[in-house]
Amino acid sequence: MGATFNLWKLIKWTLFYILVTFIVVVSVFPFYYAILTSFKSGTALFQINYWPTSFSLDNYFNVLNSGSFPRNLLNSIFVASVTVILALFLAITASFALARVRFRGRGLLLLTILGVSMFPQMAVLAGLFEVIRALGIYNTPWALIFSYTIFTLPFTVWVLTTFMRDLPVEIEEAAIVDGATPWVIITRVFMPLMWPALVTTGLLAFIGAWNEFLFALTFTANNDTRTVPVAIALLSGSTQYEIPWGNIMAASVIVTVPLVILVLIFQRKIVSGLTAGGVKG
Amino acid sequence: MASIELRNVRKSFGMVDVIKGVDLEVRKGEFMVFVGPSGCGKSTLLRLISGLEDITSGDMLFDGKLVNALAPSKRGIAMVFQSYALYPHMTVYENMAFGLTLEKGHAKEEIRQRVEKAADMLQIRQYLDRLPKQLSGGQRQRVAIGRAITRDPKVFLFDEPLSNLDAALRVATRIEIAKLHEEMNQVTMIYVTHDQVEAMTLADRICVLRDGLVEQVGTPMELYERPDSIFVAGFIGSPKMNFIAGDKAEKYGCATLGIRGEHMDIKNDGLWEGTVIHTENLGADSYVYLDMGQEEPVVVRLDGAVTYQSGTVLKVSPQDERIHRFDAAGKPIR
Amino acid sequence: MTTETLASSTRVAAPKVKSELMQQRIRAARLFLIPMLVALAVVAGWPLLRSIYFSFTDASLSNLEAAQWVGFGNYLRWTVMESGAVRYRGLLVDPAWWNAVWNTVRFAFISVAFEAVLGMVVALVLNAEFKGRGIVRAAILIPWAIPTIVSARMWSWMLNDQFGILNDLGMRLGLLSQKVAWTATADTAMTAVLIVDIWKTTPFMALLILAGLQMIPKDIYEAAEIDGVHPVKQFFKITLPLVRPALMVAIIFRLLDALRIFDLIYVLTPNSSATKTMSVMARENLFDFDKFAYGSAMSTMLFTIIAVLTIVYIWLGQVRFDGGDR
Repeated sequence: MGATFNLWKLIKWTLFYILVTFIVVVSVFPFYYAILTSFKSGTALFQINYWPTSFSLDNYFNVLNSGSFPRNLLNSIFVASVTVILALFLAITASFALARVRFRGRGLLLLTILGVSMFPQMAVLAGLFEVIRALGIYNTPWALIFSYTIFTLPFTVWVLTTFMRDLPVEIEEAAIVDGATPWVIITRVFMPLMWPALVTTGLLAFIGAWNEFLFALTFTANNDTRTVPVAIALLSGSTQYEIPWGNIMAASVIVTVPLVILVLIFQRKIVSGLTAGGVKG
Repeated sequence: MASIELRNVRKSFGMVDVIKGVDLEVRKGEFMVFVGPSGCGKSTLLRLISGLEDITSGDMLFDGKLVNALAPSKRGIAMVFQSYALYPHMTVYENMAFGLTLEKGHAKEEIRQRVEKAADMLQIRQYLDRLPKQLSGGQRQRVAIGRAITRDPKVFLFDEPLSNLDAALRVATRIEIAKLHEEMNQVTMIYVTHDQVEAMTLADRICVLRDGLVEQVGTPMELYERPDSIFVAGFIGSPKMNFIAGDKAEKYGCATLGIRGEHMDIKNDGLWEGTVIHTENLGADSYVYLDMGQEEPVVVRLDGAVTYQSGTVLKVSPQDERIHRFDAAGKPIR
Repeated sequence: MTTETLASSTRVAAPKVKSELMQQRIRAARLFLIPMLVALAVVAGWPLLRSIYFSFTDASLSNLEAAQWVGFGNYLRWTVMESGAVRYRGLLVDPAWWNAVWNTVRFAFISVAFEAVLGMVVALVLNAEFKGRGIVRAAILIPWAIPTIVSARMWSWMLNDQFGILNDLGMRLGLLSQKVAWTATADTAMTAVLIVDIWKTTPFMALLILAGLQMIPKDIYEAAEIDGVHPVKQFFKITLPLVRPALMVAIIFRLLDALRIFDLIYVLTPNSSATKTMSVMARENLFDFDKFAYGSAMSTMLFTIIAVLTIVYIWLGQVRFDGGDR
């Protein structure tokens, strides 16, 4: 009896770990393969290998030295950072109002905000295009910062509201008795308590802005103003049939590695932020 | 330094009435304790006085001045919360000084002196540089009290400040608060608790609340000796007052007869007879639980360590001058 | 009794004097909300209205200002031929548009169905206690963190007909008899898109479901274990009903996301009518074909379709956003 039981257990565990291994391999392999490809050059590119065979930095050299890719990187960093800072600035005060003050229509307002964050961006594209041209910011980073607000702002408001709702009521009441105005409560009592939440929310919003494609494609028109997703999507060779796979993979790795590192560092916080907001970053 | 007057104060949350018309006067420098079972509205009443909640109707006066709409920070109050509510990211010093830094017109030096004075009163001066998380529960509660003292309030509000502390600390801090009241005898204090021992030991006067209404206000001894209702009689005093109904009560001409365990004697020619269910020996005194055919066992409190075998039949008599008689509505017959 | 209820009802109706504190807080709340609301109105509200407006005009990309009102012309218009036959034109009778609608809906439902099932499997694995759980969780975050464009390009390289590793792997394992041009063939293009999307978004689903799973008290399972309930039955009788609220919320988020899909298809299978979705087609008309008004009509339809589907889903599924997952 005991032996069969142990055998069963062994089989169960083996199957379980096969499943686990499968999940891990499927998750990681495409990225691994991209890195593998990015280190190949010349004809090595067109030999299919599962393990590293050659090591060359040519692709990275090409991407970083030719064309506008470094400029695109800077654009992405600038756009994503400014977008996040603006969204957080507006969202902190708004989420205080939504999480902490009882007023009529609060539930409806929250639902509207959730609705906007879930909104098909295509539905506003035509109107946004008009506004951006009217403001004279077409083909500048400001066009992107402006348009990205449509998804970063509702997202940060929603997530920060759920975080702020969980802060203890008595601390706020102590501050009220101490004579603190709402502004003082936010800046001197809540913000210091919320910085982990702010970092998480900011990071998620940053990833969202960093990865955005539709607006970046539509509101920028030349190589110098594009962000990296657009640059990578439009990276092509001299002819239509000559796609520079090595360069594309190198660019992809450059864009993705910082994100993956950030995500792995802030793993736990990101998971809590994602599930608190229940919204894709 | 302030007297507080409540006139027909009501509070409802939506459709739920929590405070149903309270008239109450708290005198200057008085230590008033709000006591009652959970859900009686005592904490809500305190929050109405603090201004953290709006009153739905009625009037509230501080020193004869209407304060219905006045902001908490302008009422001259300080509050000590159940969970301490210290600002976790500030040091003890910053916690205590926060209120003063927000008020205009306090020089840094003045603030420092006031914080240090309060810290000395509570012997927490050596902790001023620490963060709340580096302190024990008792120390945190002292800081919370210190923060309140620093504000130099006219009215001191305590919302069940001891309920998060363990039993030993609770007694120590209780004594501390009593001492504080002696030192700051100009300051009106209002203290909310569900623990009648805290109420009895701390209060100048107790306000017993039940279901959103004031049941009785009086000094601890008044409540103990002349309760205005069965509810107050049962709530104040430990062990709980015995209530005896039926024939035994009728003989005294009342619907319910109340007699405290400490006011009954075991005598051979005792009036009532009961079987011992259980004896609790507390060292200094003993509680004997008797089955007398009442709904609940009757408790007799005896001095010293006394033990009776369960099943023993005892005869007891109430001390006639200590009897409380209540009519069918639960009101005393005097 | 009657007088008392009467008294209390008049009391409620009586005008309430708001305290300084409440006034201050409500004033502050208003002040704090205004910048956000203005921002949202400018970036979302107004552009949405303008997009809808453009769909009723003959606006062109080069000449937005001169747009003339044409009513429902972009959606449906008809001309009566000399022969008396009626010819309908416009978005509502455009077969290419309905093909895009069908592609979008098909894509959304298939991908979300797979993601829900696979996400549940991954979530159940992550909810079990075993050595290396942290590694698995870190691993599944990687597809989520990779930008969609990057993953589209990574996969199009892996799916390459000549040098793609998936064809190679398929042939080695004997799953494929010949190399397949995944993204270029009409039959397989949608499959390719689905593979990449499922790969990329299953982690998000898994994390949301996992959060729901972790809220189920452990002692329920212990009790079921003692009662000898079979694990499969445990899953259907305990786990699934209890995780349902979280699952429903996760599904609607994903569904809304899938219905607006643009970037993956734009990069992975450009110009393939087998995968062209509403968003891709709308953008094409707006900016590439100089049919700005027609594209606006498409984006308006897209918005309407998504709104209707969402309302139906929330109504049928009784999704609760607040109580459900908290």
